[in-house]
Amino acid sequence: MPEKKTKRRDFLFTATYAVGAVGVGATIWPMIDQMNPDASVKALASTEVDVSSVNPGKTITVLWRGKPVFIRRRTQEEIAEAKAVSLKDLKHPEKDEDRAKDPEWLVMLGVCTHLGCVPLDQKGDYNGWFCPCHGSHYDTSGRIRKGPAPTNMEIPEYKFVNSNTIKIG
Amino acid sequence: MSDHEYTPKSKFGKWFNDRLPLLTLASHLTDYPTPKNLNYWWTFGGILTFCLLTQIITGLVLAMHYIAHADMAFDSVEHIMRDVNYGWLIRYIHANGASMFFLAVYIHIFRSLFYGSYKSPREVIWIIGIIIYLLMMAAAFLGYVLPWGQMSFWGATVITNLFSAIPLVGEGIVTWLWGGYSVDNPTLTRFFTLHYLIPFLILGLVVLHIWALHVPGNNNPVGIDIQKPSKDTVPFHPYIVIKDGFALLMFMIVFAFFVFYTPNILGHADNYIEANPLVTPAHIVPEWYLLPFYAILRSVPDKLLGVIAMLSAILILAALPWLDTSKIRSAVFRPLYRQFYWILVADVLILGYVGAMPAEGLYLLIARVATAYYFIHFLVILPILGFKEKTLPVPLSITEPVLGGSPNLAGARIKNKKNL
Repeated sequence: MPEKKTKRRDFLFTATYAVGAVGVGATIWPMIDQMNPDASVKALASTEVDVSSVNPGKTITVLWRGKPVFIRRRTQEEIAEAKAVSLKDLKHPEKDEDRAKDPEWLVMLGVCTHLGCVPLDQKGDYNGWFCPCHGSHYDTSGRIRKGPAPTNMEIPEYKFVNSNTIKIG
Repeated sequence: MSDHEYTPKSKFGKWFNDRLPLLTLASHLTDYPTPKNLNYWWTFGGILTFCLLTQIITGLVLAMHYIAHADMAFDSVEHIMRDVNYGWLIRYIHANGASMFFLAVYIHIFRSLFYGSYKSPREVIWIIGIIIYLLMMAAAFLGYVLPWGQMSFWGATVITNLFSAIPLVGEGIVTWLWGGYSVDNPTLTRFFTLHYLIPFLILGLVVLHIWALHVPGNNNPVGIDIQKPSKDTVPFHPYIVIKDGFALLMFMIVFAFFVFYTPNILGHADNYIEANPLVTPAHIVPEWYLLPFYAILRSVPDKLLGVIAMLSAILILAALPWLDTSKIRSAVFRPLYRQFYWILVADVLILGYVGAMPAEGLYLLIARVATAYYFIHFLVILPILGFKEKTLPVPLSITEPVLGGSPNLAGARIKNKKNL
């Protein structure tokens, strides 16, 4: 077979396809990106919560970005229990100190990392949370101990604005 | 397509048909040669067409009254139920219609499995059918979200979270699907749009499904290739039209029973509570027609592998024409396959049952065994069976055993009867 030479026409074809592909891509992208969170959704990114009425051993649930956030004022026993766990026993090893900056306050997304249900407070085999959907057990630090969830419950960004107010986000 | 030429009688008809051959198409559909031994399991194609049209028509009417907004959706559905003239009837037909649609499609699929209708030369019909089935599941899921009850909300949350199992991009995809950081108003409006779109996609695929069917023609309970037209066939109209019509009537009695006597038995009471993002219902269960796959999802302890297993359970069906190595189509002539077929039916029913039960203890064990068997059936048993099985002699035509051919064939016919 004679060697095929690259002709001017081949170059024109390739160049046309390339420009066409870029054009199609540039047209499709806005159609795809419009489905991402819009400006009004992003604007609701932070919430301030008054926690003055939360006593030790009590959890309040607040809505942040449409998701529940658990704010639990832990008892001394719960803190001790969370700290006593060896990292080797954890599926997703995280120290309790890294999850609760102030050990008395645990602030985390109340969303099971399996498929997004809201776990129940003070339930399960580890005195923490239990997800009724598919049976994930979390400990007093919100770490996954048993069940299908792959990771610990997420800690959102938050800070104490003053001793009574937490700002989430 | 049709083997015969068609010429319209009237002058106008001829003029029109020369420009757009619609009359030729109508003639093809009327005279379409159909195997004369089709049994009632073959009437579910027509029943499914009825189901699709029912869903489209009732859906269009509901869309005139429904409001796709997180604050108003739940109330607008109650408004349909209480205020709109015959709104309760239309909504109950639509909601139960989804269940009836799946009931019919499962019978249709299992008929295909029994008689080997997915085998050459009908692979493309089968694969289009699987795509239709996937779209049906998508439409059913999206539609279930629209009333914005507790099951709607949490079903949407759990199902969309399945995508978060994808490594690296999973979370981004879920946020993209939601249009926010949780299931909320943007999610509802897009779900409504897609729920509206999908039935029309299905309609288009149904046309392709039937077109692809009309190329080789129907399979039949004996599972042999037949001459068309011949003494083995009857014209579609009036023979099959009447038979399909009668079966449809029987089906509508069952349909009407659910609509008028137990309209909520297939739903969940939790869905009459408005969506609350702070509280998950104690026991989340999908609609009955998705339970076997839900059981497969839960039987795998790993999140990503669970999702993969569930998707594979559906997609494996698309590979079925190549996994089943047997040259014989109909289970009537495959004594071993026939037994494995019924074991598979039982296996799927068991999966459906444990899917509705809590995923713990004995239920979880049963779900795992049944999941394993499901895959073994398709990946191990079917490929091997094609080589090992000693099949029964197959008649040369549909008419032959009826007119008294060899004793073997008569025997086959008795077996055939017993299984139908």
